[in-house]
Amino acid sequence: MNKVIAKEQLAEEVYRMRVHAPLIAEERRPGQFVIVQQDTDYGERIPLTIADADTDEGSITLIFQSVGKSTHKLAELEPGDAINNVVGPLGKPTHIENFGTAVCVGGGIGAAPLYPIAQALKEAGNHLTVIIGARNAELMILEDEMRAIADELIVCTDDGSHGRKALVTEPLKEVCERDPRPDLAVAIGPPVMMKFCAGTTRPYEVPTVVSLNTIMIDGTGMCGGCRVTVGGETRFVCVDGPEFDGHQVDFDNMIQRLGTYKPLEDDEHEQCHLEMAARDKEQSRNESS
Amino acid sequence: MSYQPPEKLQQEAERLLKEVNPRASELKPKERMAIPPQTIPEQDPAVRRHNMNEVALGYTEEQARLEAMRCLKCKNAPCIEGCPVRIDIPGFVSAIAEGDDDRAAQILKRNSLLPAVCGRVCPQETQCQEHCTVGKALKDRDQAVAIGKLERFAADREREHNGGAIPGIQPDTGKKVAIIGTGPASITVAADVRREGHAVTMLEAFHKPGGVMIYGIPEFRLPNDIVEAEIEGLRRMGVEIKTNFVVGRTRKLKDLIEKDGYDAVFVGTGAGLPRFMNIEGENLVGVYSANEYLTRSNLMRAYERDRADTPILESKQVAVLGGGNVAMDAARSAFRLGAEEVHLIYRRTEKEMPARVEEVAHAKEEGVEFHVLQNAKRILGDEHGRVKAIECLRYELGEPDDSGRRRPVAIEGSEFTIDVDTVVVAIGNSSNPLISQTTPELKVNRWGNIEVDEDNRSSMDRVYAGGDIVLGAATVILAMGEGRRAAEAINAQLRDEG
Repeated sequence: MNKVIAKEQLAEEVYRMRVHAPLIAEERRPGQFVIVQQDTDYGERIPLTIADADTDEGSITLIFQSVGKSTHKLAELEPGDAINNVVGPLGKPTHIENFGTAVCVGGGIGAAPLYPIAQALKEAGNHLTVIIGARNAELMILEDEMRAIADELIVCTDDGSHGRKALVTEPLKEVCERDPRPDLAVAIGPPVMMKFCAGTTRPYEVPTVVSLNTIMIDGTGMCGGCRVTVGGETRFVCVDGPEFDGHQVDFDNMIQRLGTYKPLEDDEHEQCHLEMAARDKEQSRNESS
Repeated sequence: MSYQPPEKLQQEAERLLKEVNPRASELKPKERMAIPPQTIPEQDPAVRRHNMNEVALGYTEEQARLEAMRCLKCKNAPCIEGCPVRIDIPGFVSAIAEGDDDRAAQILKRNSLLPAVCGRVCPQETQCQEHCTVGKALKDRDQAVAIGKLERFAADREREHNGGAIPGIQPDTGKKVAIIGTGPASITVAADVRREGHAVTMLEAFHKPGGVMIYGIPEFRLPNDIVEAEIEGLRRMGVEIKTNFVVGRTRKLKDLIEKDGYDAVFVGTGAGLPRFMNIEGENLVGVYSANEYLTRSNLMRAYERDRADTPILESKQVAVLGGGNVAMDAARSAFRLGAEEVHLIYRRTEKEMPARVEEVAHAKEEGVEFHVLQNAKRILGDEHGRVKAIECLRYELGEPDDSGRRRPVAIEGSEFTIDVDTVVVAIGNSSNPLISQTTPELKVNRWGNIEVDEDNRSSMDRVYAGGDIVLGAATVILAMGEGRRAAEAINAQLRDEG
């Protein structure tokens, strides 16, 4: 049982939660994640990034988007409530050193896992450029936090409602063209974004780290559901990752695997709407009678 | 043998028992041999392949008595030689024959901590029953005394009647022991160490304890209630169980000793790293490791589609690769999850299959189609990257290999395809590297199994290991035997340290 200490909504469907987890707070390093599960009998196990930790308070910070049934249930928790199961920290920590100059790219919710990595890179002495992007101004998260640590912050939105009207790959390309070139790129966000970021840096031969968030169950290497193809070899995101060389990842296969249960989820979603419609109908009938 | 309904088996048992009962204790060997082996009542195959309930229903009292009377009480008890934990088999069997089920359970508990589990999943036909004099005299291993089924009977009786009595526990010693994993090896260590009065904490990576007995072995073969009752017994003994605790990540093994002050640590983390075939198409959508498939279905309860949040594909045509118990579990689960066709593909012949004979028979009865001397060459996908077929090759048996089994050799040009929408790879597990990677002090062999001495001591001071992480994928009973040895060594260490 892990108590929720604080909760706030950062953007539409995006929540930040501080959760009591002293052991995880103590052991976690940038790049690692936890798996949470609410209902011990029937709940799903969902991997979530550790966005921050406070060892004094014994807490970790989770940032997540309520996109499905399980994350929606999580978003309904209030301070004082408990998450029944939180396990971690999982995955390998990010390799941090002073590379020289680093460019960190975060797309949407991807800014959350990116933040502790960017922070650690800065602390290790890197000159840090951060690019964050979102569909629109409302979905932009962690802008102030990133500004506080970055030597340079580039903000862009798809619709131009905030910062530059551009996809993150546009400023990334410009940064890659600079002299000297960045020594390291880190790109975290939706799979398609990471795929195109890796495509952008490839011609400039800028080493590019991506952090993958695949379907997984145990998070300890037992099930293999999270496997991805990297450099032609099968790797497990939970124990070999979550970070990999972006130039080696088979993103198309990963995107297909992420969609494994999409037909089932779509049915479920539709079923939800049908039930909601039936309820509304019932309600209006009751009201009119 | 064709399927026989439980009522018929019971009627027959009642009739027979009336004939022999008056002279039960003084039966002559010849009369014992004349009692027909009792068939365990089972759910009808046509019905059970659509439900998760246990397949074998367990002996009735009359059947158990009759079956137990078949035991010749051999002086040299060859059956005990075949038992990895040396249960007093003639002792508990004759207790059942005499109608003293409590005594039978007590005798079992002296050597085995999990008789209700072992009675269900142990490969008795290659252990105790293989050595049974009755089976030998009748020249048929299948006609040996059904020791496993009697073990299950006695254990179930005890659980139902006494709710599982807990053993006496010595006064607190102030020593504490951490046990990593909550499978059969760990459960054995926990009970044996706790009995001596030491504080015991079990650390489980999943949200529920029980290890492979909970996430792996399906409900229809080993109901979760039985495992939960065993875990509950440990809790009542005062064993602390921490779930959601991954040693190597949440805490390093070394820190358990150096920072948390545990006097000894037992590693019983099992063989949890699925092997794949390394063939084309293995990462397509619809290819599962058996671990994933069974964990989704069992632990995450995906078979209760309406209630569980964890999905599993609604597969219609499933191919399972492999010939072990896990492959049988996956194949039989597939039907229960709604599959219409299940193909089990194995590159040797049925004779070489590592699965228990009983599991193979059950799988066949339920309609699993066996493809022996065939093996997957590649998996074919559609334009969305989803499995649509599997391409196989035919094999023939060549010379014996290192394992003594004849090596399967592919027949060139024999490719053919089977249309499937799901493939489950059940070709075994390697040891999970999480602890060894984060504990460089711990010596492992080239397969990643932890190296231990004859007392199950590892290369690291105060650290012991046992079960599949030492043996590679084995059985519940062997894991328990290892746990027993490790517990003895831990108790000795703590005693010596005063």
